Amino acid sequence: MKFPKHLLSVEDLSRENAITILDTASELARVSDGSIKKLPTLRGRAIVNLFYEDSTRTRISFETAAKRLSADVINFSAKGSSVSKGESLKDTALTLQAMGADAVIIRHPSSGAPQRLAEAGWIKGPVINAGDGTHQHPTQALLDAFTIRNRFGEVGKGLDGVKIAIIGDILHSRVARSNVFLASILGAEVTLISPPTLLPVGIENWPAKIRYRIDDHINDFDVVMPLRIQRERMHEGFFPTEREFSRHFGVNQDRLAKMKSSGVILHPGPMNRGVEIDALSADSDRSLIVNQVTNGVFVRMAVLYLLLAGVNQGLGES
Amino acid sequence: MTRTVLTHDEIARAIRRIAHEILERNKGAKNLLLLGIPTRGVILAERLQQSITDIEGQPVAIGSIDITLHRDDLRLRPPRPLSPTNIPTDGIDGRDVVLVDDVFFSGRTIRAALDALGEIGRPATVQLAVLVDRGHRELPIRADYVGKNLPTSRSENVRVHLVPLEEIDEVVIEG
Repeated sequence: MKFPKHLLSVEDLSRENAITILDTASELARVSDGSIKKLPTLRGRAIVNLFYEDSTRTRISFETAAKRLSADVINFSAKGSSVSKGESLKDTALTLQAMGADAVIIRHPSSGAPQRLAEAGWIKGPVINAGDGTHQHPTQALLDAFTIRNRFGEVGKGLDGVKIAIIGDILHSRVARSNVFLASILGAEVTLISPPTLLPVGIENWPAKIRYRIDDHINDFDVVMPLRIQRERMHEGFFPTEREFSRHFGVNQDRLAKMKSSGVILHPGPMNRGVEIDALSADSDRSLIVNQVTNGVFVRMAVLYLLLAGVNQGLGES
Repeated sequence: MTRTVLTHDEIARAIRRIAHEILERNKGAKNLLLLGIPTRGVILAERLQQSITDIEGQPVAIGSIDITLHRDDLRLRPPRPLSPTNIPTDGIDGRDVVLVDDVFFSGRTIRAALDALGEIGRPATVQLAVLVDRGHRELPIRADYVGKNLPTSRSENVRVHLVPLEEIDEVVIEG
């Protein structure tokens, strides 16, 4: 089974790779259901969480995943580190390598930072992208696909025929990018629903349909995924007010009622309750948001196992 | 060069004999738990279960235990896919666990299985049933029930074929 050395983007994965990750996560989830909470597979490896941006879910999820495989975890967050004294990514990476890091999980505000880290030769082990700027967030897309497959598919298969709607701030969303391309690799059909101001240039080349209104087709979808407005990445005006955005594009009880009865809601988190999604919808029994978080640990365990436990194709014999 | 060392009938007789031996030593099937090691150990465990049920008229508990994550040679090869682990809901504590595998060679698979069992619980005993023992142990581990002892050289390959994975039941040596 050939895997890429790093996981920088979902486009690094073949369909077979993606299904293997989901199948491995499935088995790890079943094993964790029983009494095996800890596995010795990555004992002795040091994994660094190199987070230059705030995170709750992703960082804790990676940390939990690494610890369940008995790896040692070093958490680095930019706040409170020498980054505030002007230390560069290169020097930080060289320092971590000198201390014996076997793999680096990086979240960074600049798109392309994980690729720089992977290709510069500062560290020897695999690099896993935990979100870079507006570019990609591969493990989020994988856990979303896993959650969707648990509901609408089966082990060993992809997401063929599943209809997914992603709604909101597509322009600034790395989650949208990763989800669209992974869904297409796995055979699902994605529709993006957004005001035109929040769609990136070149969107017509993405493997997805584009719509500007939710209500016309909302009962087509098996999965509805609203996205948070990424205010921290916005430096211009994209819509009149959040309230108007919410009225036209927010997932609320009315829209939930119009969805097909088997339809579900996903959200990558964090949510701004009342903006892209209302509290009742977020907490409804059609919402798989909490499942996503649980599944995130298993998917990340699968990624760590597949990239680190065996001989890594790009790494050669260690 | 390939030669057959066990035919379909010989495999069936070995399984039946092992079933009798397991029942004799454990004084029945009541506390037994057969755990097959994927992939062929699981098929053999199912056949043993059938045999035991035929002999004793009583059901016997069965499951599977995948040892991939406990292997000691993970770093030497590309990543391996996982196989299913199925342990009955009441666990393994206090049970007489019989691990079932097709070929017994270096013993490292069984060492990994013992580690995996240790994470799950504390069996009363752990016993080992194998269809073929080909020697060349690298660890001090032994089998309790052996279908056939097969002296081999290290360069030979022992292949166990079982329905439904292959067309007929047989054990062959290649090389």
